[in-house]
Amino acid sequence: MTQAHPELAERFNLDEERVNWHDETLWFVRQKRDKAAHTLPEWEDLRETASQIKHNVLGNLDTYLAEFEANALANGVQVHWAADAAEHNRIVLDILRENKVDRMVKSKSMLTEECHLNDYLGEQGIDVIDSDLGERIVQLAGETPSHIVLPCIHWKKEEIGVLFHKYMGTDEGCADPQILTGAARLHLRDTFLTRRVALTGVNFAIAETGEFVVCTNEGNADMGVHLADVHIASMGIEKIIPRREHLGVFLRLLARSATGQPITTYSSHFRQPRAGQTMHLILVDNGRTVQLGREDFRNSLKCIRCGACMNTCPVYRRSGGHSYHSAISGPIGSILAPNLDMKKHADLPFASTLCGSCTNVCPVKIDIHQQLYKWRQVLMQEGEATTAKTVSMQAMNTVLSNHGLYAVSGRIGRTLMRWFPGLVNNKLNPWYKHRNMPEAPKESFGDWYAKNRK
Amino acid sequence: MTTRDKILQAVRQNKPESTPLPDLADLARRAHDHFSDDVVHRFGSTLSGIGGQVVPVTSWAEIETYVQQYFTVGKHRIITTLPQLAGVASTVWKSDIVDESVVVVDALGALLPHTLADVELAIITAHFGVAENGSVWVTEPLLGSIQNKPLRAVPFIPQHLAVVLSAEDLVPTMHDAYKRIGSENYTFGVFIAGPSKTADIEQSLVLGAHGPKTMTVFLLD
Repeated sequence: MTQAHPELAERFNLDEERVNWHDETLWFVRQKRDKAAHTLPEWEDLRETASQIKHNVLGNLDTYLAEFEANALANGVQVHWAADAAEHNRIVLDILRENKVDRMVKSKSMLTEECHLNDYLGEQGIDVIDSDLGERIVQLAGETPSHIVLPCIHWKKEEIGVLFHKYMGTDEGCADPQILTGAARLHLRDTFLTRRVALTGVNFAIAETGEFVVCTNEGNADMGVHLADVHIASMGIEKIIPRREHLGVFLRLLARSATGQPITTYSSHFRQPRAGQTMHLILVDNGRTVQLGREDFRNSLKCIRCGACMNTCPVYRRSGGHSYHSAISGPIGSILAPNLDMKKHADLPFASTLCGSCTNVCPVKIDIHQQLYKWRQVLMQEGEATTAKTVSMQAMNTVLSNHGLYAVSGRIGRTLMRWFPGLVNNKLNPWYKHRNMPEAPKESFGDWYAKNRK
Repeated sequence: MTTRDKILQAVRQNKPESTPLPDLADLARRAHDHFSDDVVHRFGSTLSGIGGQVVPVTSWAEIETYVQQYFTVGKHRIITTLPQLAGVASTVWKSDIVDESVVVVDALGALLPHTLADVELAIITAHFGVAENGSVWVTEPLLGSIQNKPLRAVPFIPQHLAVVLSAEDLVPTMHDAYKRIGSENYTFGVFIAGPSKTADIEQSLVLGAHGPKTMTVFLLD
């Protein structure tokens, strides 16, 4: 692990004004979600139903995948399977080479972020342009998205103005979102009109019909694929739902949970390629079957990537998406990432107060905070916790399991804190940050009780 | 063993015990009851809440008058799939593009959807609208074609989009919507809810991201 969440979060917190802004902006999105949810009296039943549908999917995933594949093939879609990120990226490259193209337009796909597709294709000499505005901004800045729905939520408009002045020729000092968006619209329109291959993600894939659904507000997925000769769609195998009618449940939940909109502007249902067009669909495992086998963590595969858990999380809001150093950040990312690489992501399940707000807003009722807690136990047992954490836990274990030692340590602690408060009220103690340590009492409750019983 | 078989085998080994699918009937009925009063008003207020607008009309002539008044008829390219609107929009989609850097013809000489890049306004129709979210359901045959080649780009590429919808064709919820769609074998279908938009820059809402900047629904009574 190069830099863990606490260090990265500390760096994000150097600019207090920005942290406050980030915090308030995401909370505002959370409030919009609440407002939208409250317009539906059946909201809680909708969440429960969605969760049950997804649970049924986990128990029958092999059958649904085979059914989906057969139907998609019959619809004229070319279906590929990828065991991991490397295989997925190779399949995309092969399709590009087959079509003799060296540039591609891509709409939002967190799976391709997870697979680091852009880096891979870049190394192979392929030019990839991300067409979602937020993703284009972070791409121009050489960054990755910090939020799965709001990729550049950590950027201020003035900074975007500087970036656009450099790359799109907008006026120096212009920071008007309307004008900046207009510039990106022109710049990307040219991209849409000149790319022959377009890649999209997939929000839902229907076993019953072999179709898949892609949701955007900007229209960038549709602009890309309807003007391209080749459509590549990448999806994680957990994106399957059994029947078309289930879309009624998920499309009612997705945008309301994400941004408080009643539905995204476009919910495009792709069943067959356009006449003269080729359509490829890549089904990706990349650790999902392993997570399916982890009884305590398999529910994380129900996720529909709405981002509600991030918008509500007090730690995410104040530490920023990049402090999670993983394609999917926030609470859901913290239970998905350790499955992919336990060592690299051992810090993430600890980046939480376990307040449970994530679980309360999750549209498919994933027990996120319970899983964070359970990952901590797994990580301690696997020896993946930091040395400081392991040593202090061992010390605590020794003290707490020995009555005499506990009483003595308490007495020493109280005395030291009363006589030399500087020992704990200093910068070396992480608990001292933004807090005053309590004044130590003269005696412990145990001592007081011994004196006052009767 | 192929990757496919390896993945399916891993799923079989690791999947939990199957649980039954929930019945949607009760949920759908309650949602329907909640959203079924005054669907016309609800559809209109929801669509305007997400940046679109509803214009109630009683005749095709009224639509033509509106288009004449609010769009640059004769100056910019306006296309439609509806012969009733031939007075204000082109029903034969010949390209006006002269920019040679944009390829508009494929290897066999057929016109590509790129030929629509200069369209100012496209007027199409939809199967039905959904009151709870202000969306309309459109499938490929409603999107028109050039030389018998269907053009899925039609509702996305113009600067402005207008949709003519019968006021009778409104359903309360998405559950009702999928009941109505049933097992229809469309090739491509899309729910469109308002103009394209983004709030990626500091959460400031901007209408007109990559698709149309406005969406007008003519509700024909």
